[in-house]
Amino acid sequence: MESTKSQKAKIEVRNLDFYYGKYHALRSINLSIPEKMVTAFIGPSGCGKSTLLRTMNCMYSLYPHQRAAGEIVIDGENILDGKRDLNSLRARIGMVFQKPTPFPMSIYDNIAFGVKLHERLNRSDMDDRVEWALKKAALWDEVKDKLKQNGNSLSGGQQQRLCIARGIAVKPEVLLLDEPASALDPISTAKVEELITELKDDYTIVIVTHNMQQAARVSDYTAYLYLGELIEFGETTSIFTTPKQKATEDYITGRFG
Amino acid sequence: MITNSKSESREKYQAFIDAGFKHTTRFFAFAVLALLAGIIAELFIGALPSIKAFGFGFFTSSDWDPVNVQFGSLVSVYGTLATSLIAILIGIPVSFGIALYLTEISPPWLKRPLGVAIELLAGIPSIIYGMWGLFVFAPKLADTLQPWLIDHLGPLPVIGVLFQGAPMGIGMLTAGIILAIMIIPFIASVMRDVFEIVPPTLKESAYAVGCTTWEVVWHVVLPYTRIGVVGGVLLGLGRALGETMAVTFVIGNAQHLSFSLLDPGSSIASTLANEFNEAFGKVYTSALIELGLIMFLITFVVLAFSKLLLYKLSKREGEKS
Amino acid sequence: MNLYTKRRIINAVNLSLSMAAMAFGLFWLGWILWTLIDHGFSSISMDVFTKITPAPGSNGGLLNAIAGSLFMTVAGIAIGTPIGIFAGIYLAEYGQRGWLAPATRFINDILLSAPSLVIGLFVYQIFVASTHHFSGWAGSFALALIVIPVVVRTTENMLKLVPNSLREAAAALGAHQWRVILFVTLRASKAGIVTGILLALSRISGETAPLLFTALNNSFWNANMNAPMANLPVVIFQFTMSPYDDWHKLAWVGALLITFGVLGLNILTRVLFRSKTNLH
Repeated sequence: MESTKSQKAKIEVRNLDFYYGKYHALRSINLSIPEKMVTAFIGPSGCGKSTLLRTMNCMYSLYPHQRAAGEIVIDGENILDGKRDLNSLRARIGMVFQKPTPFPMSIYDNIAFGVKLHERLNRSDMDDRVEWALKKAALWDEVKDKLKQNGNSLSGGQQQRLCIARGIAVKPEVLLLDEPASALDPISTAKVEELITELKDDYTIVIVTHNMQQAARVSDYTAYLYLGELIEFGETTSIFTTPKQKATEDYITGRFG
Repeated sequence: MITNSKSESREKYQAFIDAGFKHTTRFFAFAVLALLAGIIAELFIGALPSIKAFGFGFFTSSDWDPVNVQFGSLVSVYGTLATSLIAILIGIPVSFGIALYLTEISPPWLKRPLGVAIELLAGIPSIIYGMWGLFVFAPKLADTLQPWLIDHLGPLPVIGVLFQGAPMGIGMLTAGIILAIMIIPFIASVMRDVFEIVPPTLKESAYAVGCTTWEVVWHVVLPYTRIGVVGGVLLGLGRALGETMAVTFVIGNAQHLSFSLLDPGSSIASTLANEFNEAFGKVYTSALIELGLIMFLITFVVLAFSKLLLYKLSKREGEKS
Repeated sequence: MNLYTKRRIINAVNLSLSMAAMAFGLFWLGWILWTLIDHGFSSISMDVFTKITPAPGSNGGLLNAIAGSLFMTVAGIAIGTPIGIFAGIYLAEYGQRGWLAPATRFINDILLSAPSLVIGLFVYQIFVASTHHFSGWAGSFALALIVIPVVVRTTENMLKLVPNSLREAAAALGAHQWRVILFVTLRASKAGIVTGILLALSRISGETAPLLFTALNNSFWNANMNAPMANLPVVIFQFTMSPYDDWHKLAWVGALLITFGVLGLNILTRVLFRSKTNLH
């Protein structure tokens, strides 16, 4: 299956079930996320799209009553089998949240924080890495003169790009974006979307969004989830033009949701 | 993918620190529990000689005779309960009034400074209350309130027994009033906090049917927050029962049983503060420690009830939101 | 009487009583502060800060008491703060499962309001009774035990204010929990935790009862923490209970210093950190 790049799966989800305590939030999900593409999860609130995203780096393991069953295979390894070291796993999978989450430290230290967790770099290598990540996130020109300022001093859109830069700096293979633009103004949103398109050359990107236009604009593949089940998954163009399921069509044409 | 041996050993080291850190925090959390157990155990050990010597009689005897080594807790316990009761009786209505003022009446710009002023009242060290009580407040009471009480309430049947004697200034009444001033900020602050959790829509709907401010507070706010209010009162009571310095200065430190609130008396705390360092002999010291143990157990029960009620209220609120 | 008139009168009377209650509270604050200024201010002189506590009838100051109080409060804070912060971290960050966190939280809330006299008795029992002498260390230890619950409560409250997304963001980078806590959540709540420490400081600055049984007093200059140590609260207590006028004067000065120090700290913490943290 090496004929086209789009066919190679980076992440395979097999028979995944997820529970918040007794609540059954995801029901036997099966899905292949192609490498170096943008895959979007869409669906009404509460459909499980964020939950699905958060199983891909085992974020749920921070909370006592959340539980996943099934397999998520990344590069041939099942990350849910409990044998993995989560911290080095997470180094390979970057995540950006709905609201910007700058750490209470300088812009420079925000980027360096993640890098220091996994690599020992000398001062000038670190400087280079910070600059590289900020450039990659299209933030360098705006912050290069104030790297010592607190991350909280940036605007919302800048903070979100700082968080993307922080994720990239660790050199992950996958980027998980949980509604990364929903708290931003239209101009910042456009910048973040542009960034996503640029980043997909190097990273496998999974994005959760409630904004269908956004999914249509940035993604190559789209998954539609409803009430914890995967209703339809396919190339974005076909999902949006010729959906196979009636439910998907109703949702994307705005008759529902 | 990074799975070489170097990163693995680094990973092990990190996991080791992680576990070490977690256990350190757990150890100190446990230490807080152990502190309570340690306090009770140590006081019990210290009190053993006295418990052996006097048994249950310690609770019923009003003797306090270091020379003949005869000790009973009745005088101190009565003084502790009487002063705390006075404090609560004065404290409840005043705290309620203050909380009501701060939540419903005060103009917004005054809320914060007035709230801080009341909290400062709680910040004044208790020894200052005691000193002020002894030098300033007690003489004032002896000149004004006390003669009036003796003349007007003293001759009455039943309650008259509480107002006998000479207007000396110091005594259980004075101690109770000062305790009231000290616990008002605590009760008021809890009441204010619980009043503020009442959903605005609930109050608005009461106003909408034409209720006056007082009716909203009395018929909506107070029933809604009842358990929190009781919790606040118990918290104040717990404070009053254990308060030491303010009481020690003004209660008069007399070890004989008198029901009159105008007579000098003793509370558990004042007896300890006055006599502990001068106590001679094992049994004398031990009797004092037993008093301390009794006081701790009473305040513990009162405070535990207070906290349970307040937890119940905040849990109820948490479930709603 | 018309029903409306009656309701309006009840309302007016009760609201006036509420205002009277407010005035009642402020009245005591005013009276006490005025008394302190009135009695204490005139006796403040350089001697207070340069001479040690005198014998009755002679000239002196409060130097040894002020220094002793400073030593013991600083030591008390230094011992109590780390313990309180660690325990607070456990409650906020690790306490989701198991019985330990709820139990500790409950007991800590009780210790927060428990009589400080009992803490003094406890330290006397384990420290003074076994070493057979009062000491500055025993006093510091007693003060530390009062500091701990205050710091535990504020640390937990402040850490819980940190949004979970910040913890998740750090964990998503692959940070171990100890790093997330030390470098992200603890840093984010620094201001609040400092407030807690300052509140604890103001709380122990005026504590008398626990020192009475532990540090006792010392009429001489002493910087040895293993010996009985003078301190402002106990000096105020003993001088006030004495029959000597000049001792009374010094007690008033001490009272003025302590009260305005404590109230100043209280106000400072409120300026530093406006969001309120409950300590009752």
